[in-house]
Amino acid sequence: MSNPELRQRPRLAVIKFTSCDGCQLSILNLEDDLLALGQALDIAYFPEASSAMNAGPYDIALVEGSITTAEDAHRILNVRQQAKVLITIGACATAGGIQALRNWGDIEAFKQAVYPRPDYIQSLSTSTPISEHVHVDFELWGCPIEKGQLLRVITDLVGDVQLHLPADSVCLECKRRGNVCVVVAKGMPCLGPVTRTGCGAICPAMGRDCYGCFGPSEGARKGPGLPPNTASLARHFHEGLHLIPVEVLRRFRGINGAVDPFRNESTVWENKG
Amino acid sequence: MTSGMRGALPRGDLQRLLDALSAKGYRIVGPTVRDGAVVWETVRSVSDLPVGWRDHQEPGRYRLEQTGSQEVFGVVHGPQSLKQFVFAPREPLVQIERSKDGFSARPTLPQPEKVAVIGARACDLAGLATQDQIFLNGAYRDPYYAARREGLFLVAVNCTRALNTCFCASMETGPRAKHGFDLALTELEDQLLIEAGSEAGCDLLSNLCLSRGSEQLSAEVATRVDACAQSQVRRLDHSRLPQALYDAHEHPRWDEVASRCLACTNCTMVCPTCFCHTVEETPDLSYQHTTHARLWDSCFTQEHGYIHGKNIRPTIKDRYRMWLTHKLASWIDQFGASGCVGCGRCITWCPVGIDLTEELPALLSPGIQPSIVRQRVDGM
Repeated sequence: MSNPELRQRPRLAVIKFTSCDGCQLSILNLEDDLLALGQALDIAYFPEASSAMNAGPYDIALVEGSITTAEDAHRILNVRQQAKVLITIGACATAGGIQALRNWGDIEAFKQAVYPRPDYIQSLSTSTPISEHVHVDFELWGCPIEKGQLLRVITDLVGDVQLHLPADSVCLECKRRGNVCVVVAKGMPCLGPVTRTGCGAICPAMGRDCYGCFGPSEGARKGPGLPPNTASLARHFHEGLHLIPVEVLRRFRGINGAVDPFRNESTVWENKG
Repeated sequence: MTSGMRGALPRGDLQRLLDALSAKGYRIVGPTVRDGAVVWETVRSVSDLPVGWRDHQEPGRYRLEQTGSQEVFGVVHGPQSLKQFVFAPREPLVQIERSKDGFSARPTLPQPEKVAVIGARACDLAGLATQDQIFLNGAYRDPYYAARREGLFLVAVNCTRALNTCFCASMETGPRAKHGFDLALTELEDQLLIEAGSEAGCDLLSNLCLSRGSEQLSAEVATRVDACAQSQVRRLDHSRLPQALYDAHEHPRWDEVASRCLACTNCTMVCPTCFCHTVEETPDLSYQHTTHARLWDSCFTQEHGYIHGKNIRPTIKDRYRMWLTHKLASWIDQFGASGCVGCGRCITWCPVGIDLTEELPALLSPGIQPSIVRQRVDGM
């Protein structure tokens, strides 16, 4: 086990692609732990926090945002070359984000409808996760990420411990914290049974249904094993809770709609509508 | 000495019981209405209890209804059993500090606390007895569990109304609380018959100076509880267990139920007897200090099936089969009794309403022979 005092502090870069910056703000929201983080790491490049922007290479690159422009697609290759460990932070970088809804739309029509000079806009017709462009070492899900999970991943990197976060359903955490199930007691179309834990089950704790911002639970693209049973939950939304097919589609086609099995489930219900 | 001691308390005087428990230094926990269900919370007065409320439960559905009556214990139960009071959902076990010449570890035993739980049902007591068997009575007594268990005073309520999902009568655990309680109440129209089940219960009951309930009152209680048992619409025929379920290991019904099961873990979380747990480290950034904690876990998670680089239960079918077979069959070999107490929580709190009283008969009835299925697939 290496002694942190004897080692050079790992160099950290925080790099943004197409995103709202909320996940970077989660880093700044670490409050007291931010000081400890600053001591454990050399924060070399973090434009959201500091104008001192030092060149790579970096030991750890935290990447926020999805790839939506040709320039993004080129820049991520450089980031990968500069980073020993590349970790995506948040739904955009990990799954394409809410902006991946464009993948089902007509980007040219959007440009015509929104901008006075659409010819100025240079945008790809899709929003894609970082992992579709370069090798990703670890993914932090969530919109935004949960700061405890972020801190845990950095702690384990600094401590030379294998990275691991639970990928169970939100339901497990709901029961541990004593939330009443909103599907059973209120008939709400909660995505908790097929959504990855990590948020602390905050929406059901507030009497709201989970909308899947942490993405599919275990068995998702980067996780081990088989995907969660979205088909059964979707069937229950329709037959038990009386959502019409387009409403079922919208449950799954949200912040993480571009990753399977959410993507596939929304397509199934699109075809029923 | 302890058995048979009883008294009648006018329903309007129930506060006296709460006050007597408070005077003995107990924090009182009882059912309260929150977020559309009853959950255990600290209560101070009878008005904190779900007066006039009733619960309606069916597979995948739970609803409360206010009837306007003065009934205090009209709600049979919510998602929570007694498990959380003894087997905490998240229990820090050890604090570990790194030092120059190694490390030191300090156990974090919970502070002893006297807690009186009012409103436990017979099925809950049966579930607690199972937890005791696992954590307390075996070769490895769990000191964290023991510290919490030690301070519990249990006020049971005999059921006079069965839910659509109840089947305790067929599991022979209820609806009457037979043992494992300090006091047991039965609520009638205007009176509560209170029976003592322990020395501590006798002590408290004698402090209340109640009139001894009449034989007629006791007979009325017996009639009500029997009627409750008779009214149960679900039952679980366990006469052929455990062997019949072992024989059904390759039954096609497992595939069918797996197509519905979400593997969300809800059934195991609400089950009064499920005791699986995992441990978690929470180190600080300098890796000089870590908290080692125990968390509720479930055999329905992917990770629970991992051993030495291999997942022995990769599919939902594997996990549902493992859970039901353990609960209803191998539990008998392991602990000498069924792991099911008939509370019906796993039926109600399954988001898609999977019902083990329906699954078991389906699994024990002849299905398509798996060898024929295999041949058919091979022939395609």
